[in-house]
Amino acid sequence: MIVYVLAILLFLIGLYGIVVKRNLIKIVISLMIMEYAINLFFALIGYREGGAAPIHTEELGDNMVLFVDPLPQALVLTAIVIGLGTTALLVSFAVRIYEKYDTFDVRKIRKLRG
Amino acid sequence: MNVLPLFVAIPLGAAFLTPILSKAGNRISAVLGLCANGFIMGLSIWIIQYSKDTIVYFAGGWQPIAGIPIGIAMVMDGLTVVMLLIINVVGFFAMLYSLNYMTRYTETGKYYTLFLLMMGGLNGVVLSGDLFNLFVFLEITAIASYSLVAFGVEAEELEASFKYQVLGGTASAMILLGIAVFYQLTGTLNLADASRVIEGIGLNPAVIFVGILFLVGFSLKAALMPFHAWLPDAHPSAPAPISAMLSGVVIKVLGVYTLIRMFFNIFGIGRMSFVLIVFLILGTLSMVAGAFLALSQKDFKRLLAYSSISQIGYVIFAFGLGTPLGFLGGLFHLINHASFKSLLFLNSGAVVYRTDNRDMEKMGGFSQRMPVTGTTSLMGSLSIGGIPPLGGFWSKLVIVIAAVESHHFILAGIAVLTSIITLAYYLKVQKMTFFGKLSDLYKGVKEVPVLMCVSMVTLAILSLGLGVLLLPQLRNIILDPAVNVIAGGLDYAKMVLGG
Amino acid sequence: MKGMTLIVKQISQLMVPSIFLLGIYVILHGHLTPGGGFAGGILIAGCFVLLVLAYGSDEVKSEVRKWRASFSESLGIFMFWFLAVLGLVQGSYFFYNIIAKINPGHPGQLFSAGIIPLCNMAIGIEVAGALFAIFITLAVLKAGEKL
Repeated sequence: MIVYVLAILLFLIGLYGIVVKRNLIKIVISLMIMEYAINLFFALIGYREGGAAPIHTEELGDNMVLFVDPLPQALVLTAIVIGLGTTALLVSFAVRIYEKYDTFDVRKIRKLRG
Repeated sequence: MNVLPLFVAIPLGAAFLTPILSKAGNRISAVLGLCANGFIMGLSIWIIQYSKDTIVYFAGGWQPIAGIPIGIAMVMDGLTVVMLLIINVVGFFAMLYSLNYMTRYTETGKYYTLFLLMMGGLNGVVLSGDLFNLFVFLEITAIASYSLVAFGVEAEELEASFKYQVLGGTASAMILLGIAVFYQLTGTLNLADASRVIEGIGLNPAVIFVGILFLVGFSLKAALMPFHAWLPDAHPSAPAPISAMLSGVVIKVLGVYTLIRMFFNIFGIGRMSFVLIVFLILGTLSMVAGAFLALSQKDFKRLLAYSSISQIGYVIFAFGLGTPLGFLGGLFHLINHASFKSLLFLNSGAVVYRTDNRDMEKMGGFSQRMPVTGTTSLMGSLSIGGIPPLGGFWSKLVIVIAAVESHHFILAGIAVLTSIITLAYYLKVQKMTFFGKLSDLYKGVKEVPVLMCVSMVTLAILSLGLGVLLLPQLRNIILDPAVNVIAGGLDYAKMVLGG
Repeated sequence: MKGMTLIVKQISQLMVPSIFLLGIYVILHGHLTPGGGFAGGILIAGCFVLLVLAYGSDEVKSEVRKWRASFSESLGIFMFWFLAVLGLVQGSYFFYNIIAKINPGHPGQLFSAGIIPLCNMAIGIEVAGALFAIFITLAVLKAGEKL
């Protein structure tokens, strides 16, 4: 149970970073922390005490109980790829914003009024 | 039913083909995009005949074993048919409009790639019968729209897109966390199967936790009022056809459709009745605050963006009533809003195309020079303002009647008052932009090119005539099957899995 | 970006072929062992990144244009799409494993699992191209330059 709580705590740290931090790059990093907390949580869900890697081999045969759950692992892989895409996009936008405004500080990037 | 995967496969395939062909010229990618969009629009119209059935398609031929689905499922029911129709019709006309409009920009080949990716993602979201697949398509749509919002790479556009990405990314993270807990609870990702499992579990704190995560995540995507901060920046910054897609389609599919599907069909509204109250509160709040914020705007597109928040508020409010008549009103307003809001964004694009200006205080008298744009925008404004007998009037009427019927008299009154405010700020738009004296600066303004006119005129006819959907014959095949799906609630699992 | 010293250049020259080979191995054995298109593609992209870092962007840039990372990305993803649609046309299901229907092969052998190794190859090309394109856009290209 404690590991789940720690993963959620990591998620909340990321959320805190997004809300509080003023630097574009730090916001991106917070978003990544949040994403990886979820990936960790996903991998923990699939974990089974003493389970083997979910690969079909001669010794283990078809006995599914000996495997860890493979589905969350597949989902984590997909989520990592999506995270890669969003992070690359965010970082490239941060670089472009730096070129336009000469700063990473969100307080100075205010051409749009809310 | 082999056509279901085509809704996703055709736009995605065209999207991957355009960068390969773009060496031969951007014109080829434009034509390819238009063909792909036209084809799936035809397909989405053809598929209306099956709107009363529930069709399930298993990708890769992985049939369920002993009633438990093991593969990736695509599900099409009445609600999906309506959403497909909205996506592909608005998408086609936005694409048609882009052919002329995008000549303002460079690198248009990439624009068509992203546009087609977005179309594929949107179709995937509504067709997916599997929670994780829904998330993947949602992210495809979101990533494509992040890039499209910043397509002009000016400072404001980049800033708006960054804001959109951070809030959109937070929403996606919450949804993904919800999916993780959901999988832990139910051991399945198939929506229909999960719905059955949850019925067995009953309402425990973990289910409510998942519900709240989804509620916050999807409300962020739908830009309901406390979560709306990104929308008034992101939607005006995009090129006009993309604004039309974002306001007309994307927030509805990523926000409203997913909310309805999750809470009405999967969790079951009877079990989670607090959601209805949340819908009513969020809906009323967005409706009123969006209208008041729109009233004070000087920027044409920004006003339209605030108006989108207000109108989405109407839709969510109608669903929050929880009665079949409310569902009918909500869905009908969803369809209407897709037609007139995309029309109005295309009109604003036409003005920007000729004048490079979004500030309404400097405009005036464009009706004389741009008769098509002026007339169509007048039709759109009257329809959204709720003037009988245009489409917008009927949907608002149904919503108000539904509110009175379920004894929410005060909220019904608020809805009527908001409608009057809506009419007021659209008349302001008309007065400042299209009527009045033409300033000397814009003496040389001409009507926009023919393809842009064609899309605007078609959408204007749609927003004028969509009231006919309430006629019993049409209602039977389009609106009623969708309403039945929502009102049927947990029958979704039975319809999909059989038995 | 300037290149690094002679030592770095020589060592990366020695390393790159083996990393590349490992990437191809991981892609080809994707259906048998952990890894697959994504992991192998990252390895392949990694050895291009290594070369750019060691030799400096000025020297690689003209080669980069020839290589056309984004083109190979589109090609890879289009191949993947083509395999999926082939299933729809031939086997009447999207993503249907048409080769496994004719010749299933034996579990654990390299030539088995039907279209899955082909899909892995497509993904490998796609990921290698995409990651390298991301690296170039972020690290090498200046503002206003096109890929």
